[in-house]
Amino acid sequence: MLLLTSADYDAIRLSVKVALAATVISLPFGFVFAYLMTFFKFRGKALLEVMVNLPLTLPPVVMGYLLLVALGKNGWLSPLLEPLGIRLIFTWKAAVLASAVVGFPLLVRSIRIGMESIDYQLVQASRTLGARGLDTLLTIILPLSRHGIIAGSSLMFARSLGEFGATIIAAGNIPGVTQTIPLAIYEYAASPTGETAALSLCVVAVAISVLVLLVHEFLSTKLARRD
Amino acid sequence: MELRMKVSKSFGAFNLKTDFTVTGDHVGIFGESGSGKSTLVSLLAGLSRPEEGEIFLDGECLFSSHRGIEVPPQRRRVGIVFQQPSLFPHLTVESNLLYGYKRCAPQHRTIDLAALVSVLKLDGLLKRGVNKLSGGEKQRVALGRAILANPRLLLMDEPLSALDDSLKFQIIHYLKSTSERFGIPYLFISHSLLEIRLMTEQVLAVAGGRIIGQATPEQLARERMGQSQVGYINVLKGEALRKMGGLHVYRWGTAELFVSAGDDGPSATFELSSRDIILFKKHPEAVSARNLLKCIVVDTFPSGNKVGVELRCGSETLIAEVVMQAADDLAIQAQNEVYAVIKASSFRRLG
Repeated sequence: MLLLTSADYDAIRLSVKVALAATVISLPFGFVFAYLMTFFKFRGKALLEVMVNLPLTLPPVVMGYLLLVALGKNGWLSPLLEPLGIRLIFTWKAAVLASAVVGFPLLVRSIRIGMESIDYQLVQASRTLGARGLDTLLTIILPLSRHGIIAGSSLMFARSLGEFGATIIAAGNIPGVTQTIPLAIYEYAASPTGETAALSLCVVAVAISVLVLLVHEFLSTKLARRD
Repeated sequence: MELRMKVSKSFGAFNLKTDFTVTGDHVGIFGESGSGKSTLVSLLAGLSRPEEGEIFLDGECLFSSHRGIEVPPQRRRVGIVFQQPSLFPHLTVESNLLYGYKRCAPQHRTIDLAALVSVLKLDGLLKRGVNKLSGGEKQRVALGRAILANPRLLLMDEPLSALDDSLKFQIIHYLKSTSERFGIPYLFISHSLLEIRLMTEQVLAVAGGRIIGQATPEQLARERMGQSQVGYINVLKGEALRKMGGLHVYRWGTAELFVSAGDDGPSATFELSSRDIILFKKHPEAVSARNLLKCIVVDTFPSGNKVGVELRCGSETLIAEVVMQAADDLAIQAQNEVYAVIKASSFRRLG
């Protein structure tokens, strides 16, 4: 029997909300970025690629700290954000941002794999049949990248659910505000009486992850059948 | 159709440089793999950009480096049928067919889906996914898709190369009949001289990125006869008459041909190599070959180290090939009578 407190339920809700928001917000950017990297040659492409993939190799804590430095009260971006009344650090939005930054390379990689498998002659055929670049992007490249988009979204969602290092630095560990499942487990693990509660949240995390993988599998199988 | 292409384009060590004008509705571009044929197609369709030069189609400038003109591919109205059908795998046959049609300006829509489906015999396939089609069906859909976009010029870039021989000649029928029925001129690109001869009325020969000649397919075939492994390929169209002793008998002009590769269809097209024809000065009394045709020598021409012989057999023409010594021994010269002997098994059915 799971022993969950109302704070645990808040952490579960927040985790799902943060993971969902990070995935949904990142998806259009990830798609456009993957499109540019797959189909275009331009100056600085290699550097851009390194920058986007950096979160894969950097410790998440470093990413979190960089976000803190950039978005904090006297951060690099504060002259832009403060006049607009935007405060991100130590809010659930910072957790979204942290998850988005850390998961973005995974999303882009999956979409790129999908795009790279598209026969370029299909793109050319579409152009000679009267489609403009944007038309080809929406009617040919987007639908043919759907396997990559689904795989990338699942990965990104799962990665966001498990995000810890960047989130704890940029958003803090405030119960009911920025405390996600991993942060709550961390807090329980540090407490001598928190073992059962930590295990209960672990079971919830496993259940959500299995659900995500099942949804991914279901969608992939459905698409494969349609193909 | 009048096409002028004066362009240059380099890829690594390969350099394409052309300057030609061609007029006609059924034009071929012939050349070996890597000669620059597909690059020409790509430049003409706007899928790649020449380094410099200009391209004019029916008087309209599609590209000019010095005038800064580059019409994008979607506005050129130049359709392509590729070697691979390149059908959109996420769409049904009908959606594939209509892809270009929906993007075509209403004033250019002169061909409708129903007419095209009927000509290409695609009636039962419209709701199917394209992955469930056979190779021949896929190429017919690709042709239909290109035609329905109502192009002013259709580029066929080796559209038969991926098909096996039996399908190839069925598709040739569709390629020709569809473009003729809807009045769309085409540029047919191939490394097969036979395909070029069946599809076109004039041809540009390409080698090493240069146009090396412009001729009729017949002239080109005769020029290349000596270099070819199989000599000159005669294309004979026959009407079925009867079956006799396991052979099919066809009417070819005023002559009858005995063929082992025939079938029960009302007509058939065969290929026959010039090297499979044996010439006799006089009527041979008895031969095992089933076809003995009395012919008049029309002309002779050099063909490598051999001699090409143009023969008139009744109302039809046949090209044979003999070594020089045989030509001397048989005193083969214009207006002489000879007998052409052909085995029934030498005819290969094309379609």
